[in-house]
Amino acid sequence: MNVIEVSGLDVYYGSVQALKDINLVVRERDFLAIMGPNGGGKSTLLKAILGLVPVDSGEVKIFGGSGRKSRRLIGYVPQFSSVDRNFPISVIEVVLLGALKPGLSFFHKFNRSEKLRAVDLLNKVGLGDLKDRNISQLSGGEFQKLLIARALMTEPKLLLLDEPTASVDMSSSQDIYSLLGELNKEITIVMVTHNVMAISSNVKELACLNLGLVYHGDPELSEEVVNGLFGCPVELVAHGVPHRVLKEHQEGNHVS
Amino acid sequence: MLVDLFKYQFLQNAVMAGLLASVLAGVIGFIIVEKKMIMMSGGIAHASYGGVGLGYLLGIEPIYGALGFSLVSALSVGLIKRKGGTDSDIVIGLFWSLGMALGIVFISLVPGYPPNLSSYLFGNILAVTQADLLMMVVVAVVVSLIFLAFFNNWKAYLFDEEFSGIRGSGVILLEFLLLVMVALTVVALIRIVGIILALAILIAPAASAKLIFRRMGMRVVMSMVFGVVFMLGGLSLAYSFNTAAGAMIVLVAVVFYIVVYVATSFKLKRRVG
Repeated sequence: MNVIEVSGLDVYYGSVQALKDINLVVRERDFLAIMGPNGGGKSTLLKAILGLVPVDSGEVKIFGGSGRKSRRLIGYVPQFSSVDRNFPISVIEVVLLGALKPGLSFFHKFNRSEKLRAVDLLNKVGLGDLKDRNISQLSGGEFQKLLIARALMTEPKLLLLDEPTASVDMSSSQDIYSLLGELNKEITIVMVTHNVMAISSNVKELACLNLGLVYHGDPELSEEVVNGLFGCPVELVAHGVPHRVLKEHQEGNHVS
Repeated sequence: MLVDLFKYQFLQNAVMAGLLASVLAGVIGFIIVEKKMIMMSGGIAHASYGGVGLGYLLGIEPIYGALGFSLVSALSVGLIKRKGGTDSDIVIGLFWSLGMALGIVFISLVPGYPPNLSSYLFGNILAVTQADLLMMVVVAVVVSLIFLAFFNNWKAYLFDEEFSGIRGSGVILLEFLLLVMVALTVVALIRIVGIILALAILIAPAASAKLIFRRMGMRVVMSMVFGVVFMLGGLSLAYSFNTAAGAMIVLVAVVFYIVVYVATSFKLKRRVG
């Protein structure tokens, strides 16, 4: 069964078209990076997959289903700027919230096995020592890892990440990619990024989005595709190394 | 004041009302400060004035009218926000004025001398009746129970609404429950500090606790404690200087917040520098 199956998807915001005839298939254990300029529809596609925006035509299937139940198989990692980092909550509490059941739970307490699992996950993402810290005391990279741990707490079959390395320093970003590479042995991963430099060697497939799907395939881009995508020359990706120093590019309307 | 407290029923009622209001302000204040719903709460409070006017016009207890109006306006704002198509800011602003305008129109339609409405606008804690207290007890119990019963759901909702929504953790239900709780709380506070001053009582305790404490439970509890301090402090100052109690409570609360703000920002500077 395909993990994600998007067919003929159109999404409009009022009279503005955000996505045009998207067809995309994600298979078991893929690691897909969806790339494109800001405003190119990446977030909209993500929201359509999560069922957060109304679809004008076409359909999105998650593990063959389209209801709420199949969406609960998604472990969502939001862009960290969308989450309030000053909220009074500790690291371990955030992870535990990933274990909440659907609907309201009356006088709910997390049980022992959930707590143990939360600690395990924090160790896995490298935050074991910080579990009792308040989230406001975490660095950007640590906070991003925390959001990944929370998503893992939901026992997902698909991990969906929105700009996981935006505003994270180089070494944290490497950590995050090696973590994702490790996780990818068991679960399918789809991430969205506007940062061409952010594509790691762990990524197995690349999709480029600018209103429509411009490209989908191996994570190697030709100059032609990239120029078509961003409307100006940008760095090209060399395959196999985590950091690429690439061709010079001029300032233009592309995203940095 | 302490001796008088044992002598006079109205003072005992006032203190009781202050304690109940502190409980409410602790819970709801915490939520609206974290969720940035302060203007929405202000809008709901002011919209209730329409109900006060309607109450006088129809000859029913004005506070029930206020309750009806604040519930309707809270749920309307919630529905319009869900439906989208306009900023909730706009809707809140309009409801804010609409409620006041309706109140004024209704009052001017009341035959004979216009009633004195200043107790609804600015509160009168010294005139709290047993019936008012009963209403406040009910509201305080209902609001606290809803908050405690779904504590983890509230935590998830307040921290990251989008994530909770995707997980199907009853976000829409919580949102509407919250609007109802805010409406109930605002009406309960009208008795004490009035429509216009209610906002400060909701904000100041929670905002002060936010500056000092890092844990959610601690913030809620300390908001309640601060609320009690403000209520009793304002009440005794008003009693000594023979000034309006609601206004004194608000003054104490806001001055306290400013002091905490200045103190903590100095501490912050020292830590950074």
